[in-house]
Amino acid sequence: MSYSETGSRGGATRPAVVGFAQSDCVRRTQGTTNGVEMLVPTLAEAFEQTGLSKSDIGFWCSGSSDYLAGRAFSFISAVDAIGAFPPINESHVEMDAAWALYEAWVKIRTGEVDTALVYGFGKSSAGTLRRVLSLQTDPYTVAPLWPDSISIAALQARLGLESGRWSEKDMAEVAARSLADARDNPQAQRSGEASVADLLDAPLTADPLRAHDIAPITDGASVVILAAADRARDIVSRPALITGIEHRVDSPVLGARDLTRSPSTEMAGASLDVGDVDVAELHAPFTHQELILRDALGLGDGVRISPSGGVLAGNPMFSAGLARIGEAARRVMAGDADRALAHATSGPALQQNLVAVMEAQS
Amino acid sequence: MKQRAAVLGTGQTHHAAKRTDVSMAGLLREAIDRAMTDARVGWDDIDAVVIGKAPDLFEGVMMPELYLADALGATGKPLLRVHTAGSVGGSTSIVAASLVQSGEHRRVLTVAYEKQSESNAMWALSIPIPFNMPVGAGAGGYFAPHVRSYIRRSGAPEAVGAMVAAKDRRNGSLNPYAHLQQADLTVEQVQASQMLWDPIRYDETCPSSDGACAMVIGDEASGDAAADGVAWIHATSMRTEPTTFAGRDQVNPQAGRDAATQLWHDAGITDPLSEVDAAEIYVPFSWFEPMWLENLGFMPEGEGWKLTESGETALDGQLPVNPSGGVLCTNPIGASGMLRMSEAAKQVMGKAGDYQVDGARKAVGHAYGGGSQYFALWLVGAEKPE
Amino acid sequence: MTTEAPPLSEPLEIHFDYTRSLGPVLGRFMTGLAQRRIEGVTGSDGRVHVPPVEYDPVTAAPLSEFVEVDQEGTVLTWSWCAEPVAGQPIQRPFAWALIRLDGADTALLHAVDVEAPDAIHTGMRVRVRWTDEPVGHIRDIAYFVPADAPDDQPPPPTSPAPPAAERADGTSVDTMITPIKLGYDHTVSPEESRYLRALGEGKLIGQRCPKCEKVYLPPRGACPTDGVPTTTEVELPDTGIVTTFCIVNVPFLGQQITPPYVVAYILLDGADIAFLHLVRGCEADEVRMGMRVRAQWRPREEWETSMRNIAHFEPSGEADAPYESYAHHL
Repeated sequence: MSYSETGSRGGATRPAVVGFAQSDCVRRTQGTTNGVEMLVPTLAEAFEQTGLSKSDIGFWCSGSSDYLAGRAFSFISAVDAIGAFPPINESHVEMDAAWALYEAWVKIRTGEVDTALVYGFGKSSAGTLRRVLSLQTDPYTVAPLWPDSISIAALQARLGLESGRWSEKDMAEVAARSLADARDNPQAQRSGEASVADLLDAPLTADPLRAHDIAPITDGASVVILAAADRARDIVSRPALITGIEHRVDSPVLGARDLTRSPSTEMAGASLDVGDVDVAELHAPFTHQELILRDALGLGDGVRISPSGGVLAGNPMFSAGLARIGEAARRVMAGDADRALAHATSGPALQQNLVAVMEAQS
Repeated sequence: MKQRAAVLGTGQTHHAAKRTDVSMAGLLREAIDRAMTDARVGWDDIDAVVIGKAPDLFEGVMMPELYLADALGATGKPLLRVHTAGSVGGSTSIVAASLVQSGEHRRVLTVAYEKQSESNAMWALSIPIPFNMPVGAGAGGYFAPHVRSYIRRSGAPEAVGAMVAAKDRRNGSLNPYAHLQQADLTVEQVQASQMLWDPIRYDETCPSSDGACAMVIGDEASGDAAADGVAWIHATSMRTEPTTFAGRDQVNPQAGRDAATQLWHDAGITDPLSEVDAAEIYVPFSWFEPMWLENLGFMPEGEGWKLTESGETALDGQLPVNPSGGVLCTNPIGASGMLRMSEAAKQVMGKAGDYQVDGARKAVGHAYGGGSQYFALWLVGAEKPE
Repeated sequence: MTTEAPPLSEPLEIHFDYTRSLGPVLGRFMTGLAQRRIEGVTGSDGRVHVPPVEYDPVTAAPLSEFVEVDQEGTVLTWSWCAEPVAGQPIQRPFAWALIRLDGADTALLHAVDVEAPDAIHTGMRVRVRWTDEPVGHIRDIAYFVPADAPDDQPPPPTSPAPPAAERADGTSVDTMITPIKLGYDHTVSPEESRYLRALGEGKLIGQRCPKCEKVYLPPRGACPTDGVPTTTEVELPDTGIVTTFCIVNVPFLGQQITPPYVVAYILLDGADIAFLHLVRGCEADEVRMGMRVRAQWRPREEWETSMRNIAHFEPSGEADAPYESYAHHL
């Protein structure tokens, strides 16, 4: 192993996205909580797109959650989907797979490997998702009350409504746009045409939220393949070069921070050059959260927000953040965008946030 | 191109069956505060935090890095949570190292823990699954058949397991942080202890511990600036294989062999037994010492037990194995892998106190997890790697 | 042959009463609750945190300066919980709220007992309604009520009180107990469903991988070395050998069989992986690696879709398999 003396990072090792595949976003998969049934065809598709096979992959990294599955070590069975023999160089985060992609991005930048495959999966339908997620809160003073994830988001939504940071109409516009865009996404779970007026006529289901303000419960999996820049050019004609990834976390104490802003997203965005992006895929499971994120990242009217329909069209937990990166990369690879931003979130009320910026590799 | 990284400081808790004096955050901070003091850094010096632990079900907290963000000093910083089953403490250390080796950060705080007394480790490992026949008897019941296979394959004398146990527990008595400290435990006493999962006896079995371990990993400039020596990270490796497949070698897994092969190659080591001065390897049941000696390439296949039997894995032997007492003395599942990595670092930093291996310049840290399918290794040295 | 029926599924419940030691800061807070007092802790920026935090969100320093606060406060925001889930403080529709108690600078998350969304608003004054027997737990605060609600307002239905941690009279609270019970639908893969349904008919059906041609029983999610579904069915006899085993001598939480008993890897004739099962019908110390065994099935009327239909394996009396024949399965 030889080491760099100067500490400079060669451009040759900068990772790029060369492939992205995802399973259909469905309300309930017949498959198991270890994700194998969703992963096997998705992996096959990613390999077919790139012309790579498992022996070409230098590092594997995944994201998933035991609590989604109700099983300790649930990610171990997922490894069966890979065919991990001969043994593989592999790791796992108990977080959305966007953070697994971060770990893989770092690995490529050490120069140790030049390709990585990242996957995420989750069967949210197995348990009562909004109840399970309450276990993400403080185990002593909050979780014993079982505050479900929708109620917490609704508290955040009201703070913005009553302080004038956003309106019900602003929220409904996010939903209307997302559902309309999702009609062009064959893998979306929800899509359709609805006017803002119609949406606002619907009843409140979690005052102040309506059904359209809340992402659906979705089972799904996604796969992203990364390659170091000089390798990427051999794999696809127009790789999406990752120019930077930053992530930060906010305090967990819901009553001690301004929930109408996202300091961690602001910090992550400030460390990157997010100006001039054409497209931004944002991981916003609630309509008001998209408004917070757009503000935190300074995304103006010229940016196309979540053209996939975003997670309001389908929110496969632990795979959704990775899929935002995949969707943004896909636009760049297809020539529909020159610079794209992708965002992923973790925890209640946008507690932790990751931002990635990609551009067409010249 | 990989940049040099070093362990600047380490810290751990006083491990015990139940740390009823602290919350989860308090347990972590005990290890973190010690590590930061040892590394002579403050919160402003830390660029990122990487935390690792085993299944969330052990403590009943989903994604605890979220609740712990303030306690970890991670608020406003990058925070990652690694989970690779029992090897997690090792893989967490490696992920933290790669953040520095990639040039992404200058100094990273990494911590691993388990407060498994909040539930019951056996329960968490043996939750009945629908349609499955419940024959699982916890971790011991899972590994005991493979230990039997090793004994059959190698022809090792029965006493070898007891020799490892007595050695590790006596080593643990020199380690002020160890959970079990048995200065006078003899081979005969081990052999007389109750058989739990034949062929594994009570005294050959790791305890269930609450505990945490932390390290600060820094870049080359931080390592150069450190007043009293650091542990330079020479090489790291990780390998995974599936739990079950036709023809799988459960005793001498390919994944472990491959991880070791890469490690020695990257570290420029051609004869591990003579070039490595100390080994902290993951031995939760005594027989894993000879098994891992073979898997790691210290001894030829079938002969690992000879090194143990000859006494050469004792503190004053040719290759001291688990001078800290190892997992047999202390096993907070999520932390055990990082304890191995940090104890290896302490040896080459000369900070191992009463269990210091004289003149240790290179040491290996090793962790495994799942059904002997996840392996994480690192080699650290008192000098910079080439 | 493929089955048309959907994959088998069954409920899976995980449940444990977690025992959480509190440490000095949370211990003091919970001791206060047991005495129907609420204390906060002062942070580095002078803010009084209720509930207390152990480590400062700004400096990460440990905090220890306590301040008692009032039991009445202001709603900063609220949301309506129309369909409460198990464990939530109130078990009929209610409001969640962030409540800043007088004397505190941060807000506490809790439930407010009002009958409808129009009965609560931001800025409303609310006060604590204590549980009948506080034990030192956040649910000693049963919920909040409007400040002007009458004292004798009938209580709403609530979730069962948490178990109380043992402590001697007069000592402070240092532990809390949190029961966590979660229900899931556990579904098995199509391959596993076929295997289980066959077991329900007294048959052992293994599955062959189309690439490596190894026969798996029970099937894995996909062939572990090739990552493809194992779709060809192979019927196997209920005879085989013990490759390796252990004798379980120790009782443990969750155990369902009485020790001592032999847990063995059984390699059925024609299979390429072994699976764990019980060996009975002889003394534990008579079991050997390589011993030939046959299945002992339960009575047909007890059969279900599970390997439990085989109560155990027992020695068949045939000669042991030579070591070389199974050494590669160890």
